[in-house]
Amino acid sequence: MTRLSSAFAKGRPALVTFVTGGDPTPDATASILDALVEGGADVIELGMPFTDPMADGPAIQLANLRSLGAGTKTADILRIATEFRARHPEVPLVLMGYANPMTIRGSEWFAAECVKAGVDGVICVDIPPEEDPELGPALRAAGVSLIRLATPTTDAARLPAVLDGSSGFLYYVSVAGITGMQQAAQASIDEAVARIKASATIPVAVGFGVRTPEQAGAIAKVADGVVVGSAFIDLVEKHGADAAGPIKELTAALAAAVHSARREIA
Amino acid sequence: MQDLAILLWPAPKSPPLPIWTFRKGSAKRSAMTVQTPNSFRNQPDERGHFGQFGGRYVAETLMPLILDLEQEYRKAKADPAFQAEFDDLLEHYVGRPSPLYFAPRLTEELGGAQVWFKRDELNHTGAHKINNCIGQILLAMRMGKTRIIAETGAGQHGVATATVCARFGLPCVIFMGATDVERQKPNVFRMKLLGAEVVPVTAGAGTLKDAMNEALRDWVANVHNTFYIIGTAAGPHPYPELVRDFQSVIGKEARAQMLSRIGRLPDLLVAAIGGGSNAIGLFHPFLDDASVKMLGVEAAGHGLDKEHAASLAGGRPGILHGNKTYLLQDEDGQITEGHSISAGLDYPGIGPEHSWLKEIGRVDYTSVTDVEALDGFQLLCRTEGIIPALEPAHAIAAVKKIAPTMGKDQIILANLCGRGDKDIFSVAEHLGVSL
Repeated sequence: MTRLSSAFAKGRPALVTFVTGGDPTPDATASILDALVEGGADVIELGMPFTDPMADGPAIQLANLRSLGAGTKTADILRIATEFRARHPEVPLVLMGYANPMTIRGSEWFAAECVKAGVDGVICVDIPPEEDPELGPALRAAGVSLIRLATPTTDAARLPAVLDGSSGFLYYVSVAGITGMQQAAQASIDEAVARIKASATIPVAVGFGVRTPEQAGAIAKVADGVVVGSAFIDLVEKHGADAAGPIKELTAALAAAVHSARREIA
Repeated sequence: MQDLAILLWPAPKSPPLPIWTFRKGSAKRSAMTVQTPNSFRNQPDERGHFGQFGGRYVAETLMPLILDLEQEYRKAKADPAFQAEFDDLLEHYVGRPSPLYFAPRLTEELGGAQVWFKRDELNHTGAHKINNCIGQILLAMRMGKTRIIAETGAGQHGVATATVCARFGLPCVIFMGATDVERQKPNVFRMKLLGAEVVPVTAGAGTLKDAMNEALRDWVANVHNTFYIIGTAAGPHPYPELVRDFQSVIGKEARAQMLSRIGRLPDLLVAAIGGGSNAIGLFHPFLDDASVKMLGVEAAGHGLDKEHAASLAGGRPGILHGNKTYLLQDEDGQITEGHSISAGLDYPGIGPEHSWLKEIGRVDYTSVTDVEALDGFQLLCRTEGIIPALEPAHAIAAVKKIAPTMGKDQIILANLCGRGDKDIFSVAEHLGVSL
């Protein structure tokens, strides 16, 4: 069993948390990641900053700029991942970001660096299945999961192409929009997750617009995992290098809601 | 200056393929050009790739729409009614065909090749941008979309988009970098007069790239009812192809006009390049005319060793805004800010077909600085009584360097892709004149 599949096989829904690497500084990220783990996160997504984060809302855009402004390089992100792996041998770590920083030195280089750093999976926002050769084959050959996104516009005809070559989990983007904005109606999430789970053999995690334990708990009733990002980024923006405390607190509240979601209905 | 001329004329530097000569005899051609494509005009492939460039690097939310758009474009292209409506609007609304003009005093002053201009600055709205907007809004309506968005740099594409939206009664939102809003005030006012909402974008440096990011964000959130009219021959497939096709009216007309006026094709085509839509529109119909050389002119800003916007000269291949192409970027793939005196050229990328044409060697690319462009701007004002936009002023600056190195029987055709009314204020400022 891989670290990722174990995280979704604990007999309860998983909490997946996202923060932008290097925000507010590369040195501050380690304590933030530790706070996520201590708060009870099951999967950690580490954002690779990019100058042009066109799928992100204002909160994560600013996080990207803060990180780059602090001088964060790809090498820093890989170092943060390597050190995280040494401290937390069992917690799955996923890199999330945009195609250009991932592919600029070649996909084989990136895949090899992921392996060296103990990265379990990669989410690339702007490489759809149609452009899979750009990154997918190198990651699969290296044994790193390619985690794809499905959205409300991914219809039944298209879903098999999205699932083909995906592993780890499927990230269902619950709203047609950018990160951190509005949340989708719960009924539409229920319907979409049921539809996707009928075809998917991998776990389905739902994200975009999920900010509170209440929202996360409601989604966890139907999904295998819940992704929260912008709410953490807001705490980093507010508390800077001292964000670990508030982040651990929010993580614990989210984890309690997500982990117990099925028990309430059982 | 001499260096450029030697590189470009009379022979290209070590051409990878004998493309300049393959027209000398068809028998020889097949023997000596095994690797030469049968045509330079049948790109992209079915996956939207121009060689290694182009493609569809977009978020999953947009992918189904991009596929729909491609399907609808194929149908429209094959539909005589669509073509007829496009042609009719170009003739009666835009004012096409635009004139082909011989510039006698500029030719005399430069003392070499005859300089001709394709006068797309005389189009309705004052630039070539309207050609593409007419085509795309007809497509939008075919697809049942009820809201239009666009990005703009200099404001010419924003004005053209606002214009066609007013003409067809569709609501229109234009994303424009906050820096550009400042330096292109007349165009901002024009867009508002035409009924568009202009959204200043403060992210990044507040220029064209940031406006495009914000337009993509809006599109993802409103994908069900919104059509994104991209202003240049870039972005995800099929945009580079369809923008090129709509802009190819420039080259098709110019080719026919040249043949009817003087019975032969020009020796050299010259056009400025930001994203590259006016250049590809002029070049594409001539790509298989082996005797016709082509020169794209990028913006060298303060100089190629300083801040500039010359993606081909100073960048390398990468992925941004839906396509793989030459980009200005650092070693980590972070996009760097371009700089040009011309807001329309101030973009760190270039259309993917230009990246391909550079790589196979069919088109040569050079660059001119802000200072040279300002000089070209004034040269055309003084010699021909035409105030060009700062974008084609770059093409004029390149013509100024090359024409003297060519024979008087040779012909340069440059694309005068926009008029300079919008630039009067920023040119005055650069020349130290207060209005």
